[in-house]
Amino acid sequence: MFRWIVARDLILAWRRRADVLSTLFFFVIVVSLFPLGIGPEMQLLRSIAPGVVWVAALLASMLSLSRVFANDYQDGTLEQMLLTPQPLYLVVLGKVLAQWLVAEVPLVLMAPLLGVQFDLEPNTLLILFVSVLLGTPILSLIGSIGAALTLGLRGGGVLIALLILPLYIPVLVFGAGAVDASIIGANPAANLYLLGAILVFSLVFAPWATSAALRISLE
Amino acid sequence: MLEVKNLGCVRGERRLFSNVNFSLSPGNWLQLMGPNGSGKTSLLRIVCGLLAPAEGEVRWQGANIRTLGEEYFTALTYVGHRNPVKEELSSLENLRISCGLSGYEITRAEAAAALGKMGLKGRENLPARLLSEGQRRRSALARLLTCSGTVWALDEVLTSLDKTAVTLMRSLIEEHLSRGGMAIVATHQELNLAVSSFQRLELAS
Repeated sequence: MFRWIVARDLILAWRRRADVLSTLFFFVIVVSLFPLGIGPEMQLLRSIAPGVVWVAALLASMLSLSRVFANDYQDGTLEQMLLTPQPLYLVVLGKVLAQWLVAEVPLVLMAPLLGVQFDLEPNTLLILFVSVLLGTPILSLIGSIGAALTLGLRGGGVLIALLILPLYIPVLVFGAGAVDASIIGANPAANLYLLGAILVFSLVFAPWATSAALRISLE
Repeated sequence: MLEVKNLGCVRGERRLFSNVNFSLSPGNWLQLMGPNGSGKTSLLRIVCGLLAPAEGEVRWQGANIRTLGEEYFTALTYVGHRNPVKEELSSLENLRISCGLSGYEITRAEAAAALGKMGLKGRENLPARLLSEGQRRRSALARLLTCSGTVWALDEVLTSLDKTAVTLMRSLIEEHLSRGGMAIVATHQELNLAVSSFQRLELAS
């Protein structure tokens, strides 16, 4: 059942490629605007790089999150998913996994490439990659709660941002912190461990909260 | 056995119905009638466990469905008034996926056979957005042939179906009942099934 959900969402994403690409291009453009605007001041670029890449990643994932459940809600397939004989937890986990693979993995792969624009060292690029790899699943997991809560509301997109962006702050702080530490030559491990801990925590609790939110939204 | 006891439903400020009682045993079916807005869909959604009743309870094999959870969903097949069909997927993919989600794995051949029986032969591989409303309905209803539970909760199944499809639906429900299934059908038309054990519930507006 789990693999049917993931497979279904991947096929759907492939047939609606434009949606996926728009998220990725948004991320690329936002990150690239900074070096273009600031000019070749290497020291300044290096010091703002972690924050810029991470903030852009947060905003880009907000774009795709509003769609996680909205389409299925409109055509009634979400109702059918609520009535499957498997725990709703697994259904939600499948949908979040598919969303991460489709919308966030391209960002993860693109992040080190964009880091080059900010004159980051290869070692720092690696840390950037690892921090985004650990951080984006958290964005998908926490974001799914907001997506479920705002289903069927007018202006849901803005509401998700208001609900979810504050919850993203720890991810932003530790994610950007890891890269910062690596830039100044300190050990980024502590930040990465904390990201890992948040990931495990949200993996356990977020799908459960999302399931509850879905049941409420579909009443 | 499915029992509904003293069910009441309030949507917003309005009380839709109260004190609804009925019970269905194998081979039994219930026709749910009433004007628009009288709460037919809400009643079906309560029976499916999608909506919490304001009062009363729904019991399946003696246990409240809200405590049974997933165990009850294996026995239940709900077809809502919207077609749970993805526009980008073909009828074949839609059917296989929706069966996969309910825990049944069906092969392409099985899915194609079911769609053929629903009169969609030759259109199995078209994306659903190219199908007419009636064809989409047929494609959604194909699930009843391949991967359905004991209790069918059908909401306005006959809408946008043509005469042959209506006859087909009738025979599908009759077959299901003769196998010991149960059905609750919300509809405005008379179904006139050739099944004697039949109840009728009329919701007032």
